[in-house]
Amino acid sequence: MLTNALATVVRELQSALGKRHVLWAPEDMLGYEYDATIDRARPDAVAFPANAEEVAAVVRITRRHDVPVVPRGSGTGLAGGALAARGGVLCVLTRMNRILELDPANRVAVVEPGVINLALQDAAAAHGLLYAPDPSSQRICTLGGNIATNAGGPHTLAHGSTVNHVLGLEVVLPDGRITWLGGRQLDAPGPDLRGLFVGSEGTLGIVTKICVRLVPVQAAVRTMLADFESVEAASEAVSAVIRRGVIPVALEMMDHEIIAAVEHVLHIGYPLDAGAVLLIEVEGLRESVEADAAQVVAACREQGAREVRVAESEAERARLWEGRKAGIGAIGTVTPNFYLLDGVVPRTRLPEVMRGVAELTARYGFRVANIFHAGDGNLHPNIMFDELQPGATAKVLELGGEIMRLCVDAGGSITGEHGVGQEKRSYMEWIFGPEDLRAMERVRLGFGASELFNPCKILPTGHGCGQAHAADARRHLATPGVYL
Amino acid sequence: MSGGFRGPDLPALADLQNCIHCGFCLPVCPTYIATGQELESPRGRLHLVRAVLDGKAEATDRLLSHLDLCLQCRACESACPSQVPYGRIMEDARAATMARGARDRPRAWTLRALALRYVLARPRVLRSVLALARLYTRSGLQRLVRGPLARALPAPLRALEAQAPVLDRAPFRRSGVLARPQAMRARVALLTGCVHGELYPQMHEATVSVLTRLGCEVVAPPAQVCCGALHTHAGDAETARALARRNIAAFEAAGVDAVIVNAAGCSAAMKEYGRLLRSDARWALRAERFASGVRDVLEYVAAQDFAAPGLGAVPGDVTLQDACHLAHAQRIRSAPRAILGAIPGLRLREMQTPDRCCGAAGLYALVQGEMSRTVLASKMAEIAATGAHLIATANPGCTLQLEAGVRRSGLDAGVRHVIELLDESYRAAAAARG
Repeated sequence: MLTNALATVVRELQSALGKRHVLWAPEDMLGYEYDATIDRARPDAVAFPANAEEVAAVVRITRRHDVPVVPRGSGTGLAGGALAARGGVLCVLTRMNRILELDPANRVAVVEPGVINLALQDAAAAHGLLYAPDPSSQRICTLGGNIATNAGGPHTLAHGSTVNHVLGLEVVLPDGRITWLGGRQLDAPGPDLRGLFVGSEGTLGIVTKICVRLVPVQAAVRTMLADFESVEAASEAVSAVIRRGVIPVALEMMDHEIIAAVEHVLHIGYPLDAGAVLLIEVEGLRESVEADAAQVVAACREQGAREVRVAESEAERARLWEGRKAGIGAIGTVTPNFYLLDGVVPRTRLPEVMRGVAELTARYGFRVANIFHAGDGNLHPNIMFDELQPGATAKVLELGGEIMRLCVDAGGSITGEHGVGQEKRSYMEWIFGPEDLRAMERVRLGFGASELFNPCKILPTGHGCGQAHAADARRHLATPGVYL
Repeated sequence: MSGGFRGPDLPALADLQNCIHCGFCLPVCPTYIATGQELESPRGRLHLVRAVLDGKAEATDRLLSHLDLCLQCRACESACPSQVPYGRIMEDARAATMARGARDRPRAWTLRALALRYVLARPRVLRSVLALARLYTRSGLQRLVRGPLARALPAPLRALEAQAPVLDRAPFRRSGVLARPQAMRARVALLTGCVHGELYPQMHEATVSVLTRLGCEVVAPPAQVCCGALHTHAGDAETARALARRNIAAFEAAGVDAVIVNAAGCSAAMKEYGRLLRSDARWALRAERFASGVRDVLEYVAAQDFAAPGLGAVPGDVTLQDACHLAHAQRIRSAPRAILGAIPGLRLREMQTPDRCCGAAGLYALVQGEMSRTVLASKMAEIAATGAHLIATANPGCTLQLEAGVRRSGLDAGVRHVIELLDESYRAAAAARG
């Protein structure tokens, strides 16, 4: 039941937002204790504001009563970023889902943070335009969440990630004031606060309006599926393609575990006997795209590709992509549980890192499925396990740490696109020194964030977080069935 | 009222474990679209069921209300990359709640189960109830209530009345051999169902007519009963099993090549008899065998050379409302489109999301009136945008709901089963031949 302080907060939220738009029943909190990864943390109340003023009200009320506040979109994050790590109020932005403006002539759109990525894509496509960042969860993830994590996607290789497409942001600061960062142009006078905000995982404020840049859809596109005997051979081909001076818009790898799972569910026609496939897409002018595709085919063959299939129609192209987009989900059909990791390494180190991932996973006695943005060196090993086996979850988390270490040692980093969230805070010390982390902390303070504003995210410091996290970990490990 | 799950129909852990929390089911779920709230989404409901199963949460009335708002349309199953068998998890969760006994479950659930058990499953009771409804239509009272007297009823009652069918036709209650073609190619049995023949006799007539033209002898075993779909959906697994056993025995005795069902909700349920009776040693195998012989009428017809009898023109623009339990539960989407597409003069105008539920969902329209009307309103807007004057369906429940939608929105459109349009096309060709 609610403590007195929380009961007051709920009452004030109700009068600011309307009764219907505040949840606090304990049963209802179960629905907001998860995102798409394996951590859990339950809020005490959930607020659904309808506009920037209401978001500001939520922020002010929680601040006044010293209650944590955490923003959330569709809850598809993969690092625990939208979890109420220390309880408090979850500020859910799904009601703010309007596309406010779409200006084809100036190629900009202004949207609310609850707009679904694919809804913006569809709206832009009606004008022959593209919103480039396309995370695999695009059919349900929100733009607000994309801003928070600086989301990427298969097409990041050529187009860049979310930060390259955001022009301006209206945000509610941690003290409840509303302000704009950036504007409607790529560059704005003064320091680039917009750039600083993108990828800050909701620790500097809550986004309430987003101005994005749209790009024209390219005239021609070629999509290829190259079939290799091993993950290593496919990894070598990744660099071989880039060395030839071609930058594909997408260069994705799927290993045989993924291929088997996808075929089991969708029957796309991926080669079941392949060690790995690369899904490669080039686009551009009609005149140049054929030459680029030929370069890709040649590079793959030179690295031992058994077959390179070129999609003959838009339907076949869509089908090849369908398998890629459903790939992570398909793993759910072949294992009770899996732990999806996100790391990044220099492209040229992929072959050895992939070998290392395979060796580590085998040593721990697990199977791994790999599906990732190979062109960016952004790997996603999925460790398959069964939560009901005693100690399995703890071992998987430990293995996850070792794989992240491997990435860091290869000159890479602990996240390519999913963010740090609450899941990987403790790894931050592997890449940043104490001074770096203190600088980040000072930025947070500069934006006016208290310790209760989206606590326990990104930075390994913070009162109560370490203990809370350790206690959480113990509780998780003691309760079978907690990792769904 | 609270407690856990009980009885023989506990949701299976292995089913629940398939869910990876990706959220791909959210954007296709009608109740999530309407509310934007996680607990009115498939992912949220699965999480709740898992929490109760694991003993982490009590299945309180509040928690159960989220399961209850589910339409069981199973659109989430089509969207799920991990193949979570959501429909049966929800059926099991409801059955495992019902098994707690009358004192430990929501009273509305008990009332619903009683109505289903003592009305729908009993032809004589059902017919008496419908006789009153028929009298209501034929006496002209219905026309008065929907016209000049509309304001006399209080709003909640008016909303309920608007849902009622117009029973102005003689019911279809025939059994035995319904039709015998000159050259017989197959023998099939027709499920005549509980309310179907009472509400929409013309759908049965058209089905028999079409099957006969395709060379089928059509029989209706007299001992058949309601298929039990609504009982399964409401968690009354015991009644559903009893009905399934009676139907299996009745249809086996008919000795036919296929059991044809012209209501998608019923064909889906009958194809799942094997699972329903899996723990019954005496019936499990028989149920599997029976289920493998069940065909939805559109699936059956589309697999035949259905153009052979000659297709005549049925002019007009039609839009197709996929029956959820055809598109999502049985994954049949192309059959109705192939049939509509083959009819000369008929232009198929697809709506934006033809496979999104209309809000009928069995008893849902009565039990969850407000949400049902919200879902229906967006459906009617999509239909209006197509400009079609014909709405094709594959299930009597959808027909009833869409007819109410047409009346409410004032749209100039008629609602017909796909099989009726095919029959009309055959008749037009025959008339043209003289």
